[in-house]
Amino acid sequence: MEKTIKFKLNGKTVSPTVDGARTLLWVLRTELGLTGTKYGCGEGYCGACTVLVDNEASRSCQLAIQDVEGREVLTIEGLSANGKLHPLQQAFIDHDALQCGYCTPGMLLAAHSLLLRIPQPSRQEIIAGLEDNFCRCGAHTRIIQAVQGVAAKREAK
Amino acid sequence: MTREDLYGESDNPAESTLKLDRREFLKLTGGGILILFSLGEFSTLEAQRREYPTDFNAYLLIGEDGRISCFTGKIEMGQGVITSLAQMAAEELCVPLDSVKMVMGDTELCPWDGGTHGSLTTRFFGPPLRAASAKAREVLLELASAQMKVPPEQLVTENGKIFERGKPGKALTYAQLAKGQKITRELEREAVQKVAAEFKVIGVPTIRTDAREKVTGQARFAGDIRYPGLLYAKILRPPAHRAQLKSADTSAAEKMAGVTVVRQDDLIACLHLDPEMAEKALQTVRADFEIPQETVDDKNIFDHLLKVAQEGNPADEKGSLETGEKQASRLFEAKYLNSYVAHSPIEPHTATAEFKDGKVEVWASTQSPFGIKESIANALNLPSEKVHVRTPFVGGGFGGKSRNTQAEEAARLSMITGKPVQVAWTRAEEFFYDTFRPAAVVLIKSGIDDQGRIVLWDYKVYFAGSRGASHTYDIPNNRITVFGSGWGGAAGTHPFATGAWRAPGANTNVFSRESQIDMMAAKAGIDPLEFRLKNMKDDRMLGVLRAAADKFGWKPAVSPSGRGFGISCGVDSGTYVASIAEVAVDKNSGHVQVKRVVCAQDMGLVINPEGAKIQMEGCITMGLGYALTEEIHFKGGKIFDANYDSYAIPRFSWLPEIETVLIEAKNSPAQGGGEPAIINMGAVVANAIFDASGARLYQLPMTPDRIKAALKA
Repeated sequence: MEKTIKFKLNGKTVSPTVDGARTLLWVLRTELGLTGTKYGCGEGYCGACTVLVDNEASRSCQLAIQDVEGREVLTIEGLSANGKLHPLQQAFIDHDALQCGYCTPGMLLAAHSLLLRIPQPSRQEIIAGLEDNFCRCGAHTRIIQAVQGVAAKREAK
Repeated sequence: MTREDLYGESDNPAESTLKLDRREFLKLTGGGILILFSLGEFSTLEAQRREYPTDFNAYLLIGEDGRISCFTGKIEMGQGVITSLAQMAAEELCVPLDSVKMVMGDTELCPWDGGTHGSLTTRFFGPPLRAASAKAREVLLELASAQMKVPPEQLVTENGKIFERGKPGKALTYAQLAKGQKITRELEREAVQKVAAEFKVIGVPTIRTDAREKVTGQARFAGDIRYPGLLYAKILRPPAHRAQLKSADTSAAEKMAGVTVVRQDDLIACLHLDPEMAEKALQTVRADFEIPQETVDDKNIFDHLLKVAQEGNPADEKGSLETGEKQASRLFEAKYLNSYVAHSPIEPHTATAEFKDGKVEVWASTQSPFGIKESIANALNLPSEKVHVRTPFVGGGFGGKSRNTQAEEAARLSMITGKPVQVAWTRAEEFFYDTFRPAAVVLIKSGIDDQGRIVLWDYKVYFAGSRGASHTYDIPNNRITVFGSGWGGAAGTHPFATGAWRAPGANTNVFSRESQIDMMAAKAGIDPLEFRLKNMKDDRMLGVLRAAADKFGWKPAVSPSGRGFGISCGVDSGTYVASIAEVAVDKNSGHVQVKRVVCAQDMGLVINPEGAKIQMEGCITMGLGYALTEEIHFKGGKIFDANYDSYAIPRFSWLPEIETVLIEAKNSPAQGGGEPAIINMGAVVANAIFDASGARLYQLPMTPDRIKAALKA
């Protein structure tokens, strides 16, 4: 049934009127014009659709839009602020931590939520935090280095 | 200049219904200096000459703003040629890298191309691109010479400017020189190119030029293209390959609000503005299929392949096998098996199409834009100039995005409905319609004399093809026979479509050969590195083996030493590659953890060392999958793997420590980089497992069950 669902998206309030059972992934992509969040497997295995809901990494392909009512959603389009890249985005660039780039938005948001939870993660904690985000090109080594780089810079400050 | 600059807002396709000739092309791009070159003219393209057209139709443009645009039919799918091709143009034109824009895979703007595969881009498109860029610089020098009244040989090009030697203050910029020009030049001979000592951009480790778009979510893939009123299509699929549709009832879907149902021959689809509604509508379709009874499955496929194989073709032949058998003091016979493997890019096959005014524009995730242009023209019964294929970023290919039925489906559905249509395969469709890496069998009979020299090599490969079957070992009695193709196969060979998978065939061939070599070294009581060095004369291979061993800190020992060290080496795409791995084997569970991989590569001139290393790392990581877990489960035409629950691809926790070494070879021609390092992954892990545990694995993937079985054997 269609209803108006109000939530915060990348810092701004939005209120699409849609069937509440639709998934967040497809409402983002078709109704809200944000195509940075990707479909990868549709069943929550691969993590390409990862967004943050109230700062926690969530699979947007498994989340009904009605379940984000009143909550705060962050997608890749909201990660940089005022045209300034988030340190993780910059680190992914600097470490060449991507190839085809299709898993990158989900990977960045998973990494972002990891750093919110554990500001100075160990290598093992990074691996555990990103384990359910798949990358077929094999950029894993550099993704770990990029996350470690951001954590190290924070510590230095 | 990006596509958007050329087209205006690229989501406004009205402006892009262009049929270009060269004059129009210049008009469209606003003038400047256009270099046309014929790929057929280049000796480096000898091998490709059959494929490339011989007319002048490739473009390099110096715009009136002085910026360089390079038009190529190649596409960017993560392999990084968007950066390395731009580096080549920037080098020859003496401009900073960010002055070069790549326009890729657009069938109306870019020269015809046979497809992005085979690690060919750098090797075969690179040389003519460099020559065209050098030619453009010559044209600029001519123009500057006329304007400045200084002979060209006294002029210097630097950083997008030209000045008289010693007078950099009075420079003309490329923009000033190109302004108001409408020059087209055909490149008929190779212009003078820079030599390695002059390089300022080539050979410099360079970060991907598309990274910013990709980390901000701005990079667009085929599924991100939007047209007003875009319909998402979900298509009725058979439960098995070769199943015949008997009847279908679409009445329930037809009653659903906003749903368009298409029925045309075998094509039954539900379309809606919301893809999830389209899917719901499709679920209501009742369909009966007749499924052929088939007995071939993932277990008996290897016997089947040996049975259906036709006569083999000799690939290499030297000496006499009879003599070899007589000289041998030990003989070894083994059979190696390899399963069907999926490409599984994270972006499934996707296409967005709009049919309008008798013409169709298709954005597709494809490695072969010009190939699908023709297949769409055939499917729609349109002249090919009425089909315009555009390739945005491609979310991984690995050989799997060469056949693109999704693009035909989107184009057909748009033509039928008169609306723009997107077809994006689900993960299950991606697994079902993949062109899998073919299952294959290799039979080897080999022998060594009592000095540990290989004196016999009788190698038969079934359905992996010849790539990687030849070797660099110095064996006096050597025969390699190739049965069947490594891509497809005659009807009745494979139960579903098969095709190229990153370094096609080489993964199977190198696994088999290097396992056999390792087995002989162990039985001869010789360290596996020493055994290889002793049986080889090829300097480049010896070089990469020694480089890998140095980096690894190899200490000689006879396998199985219990340390878990393995070696493998081979040649692919002109590149020599040696790998050494360390593994730990849990003998109770059969689980293998690859702890460390060192990989040394001699790929001639390296355009972007950073890009080359990333490709090596990617190959090593991806290769862990076919080595350890990846195989398609099936019976007849039914595919049992539909998602990542049963089909495991490499993840963060699998990661070994990876170290890569590039051999300095600036004066040798550039070779392929996207595939070579993956070819060793089966053998290097198998040999390391043997060294750790004494268990020899003859079948990929080396699953825990197979490892436990081998430990008992």
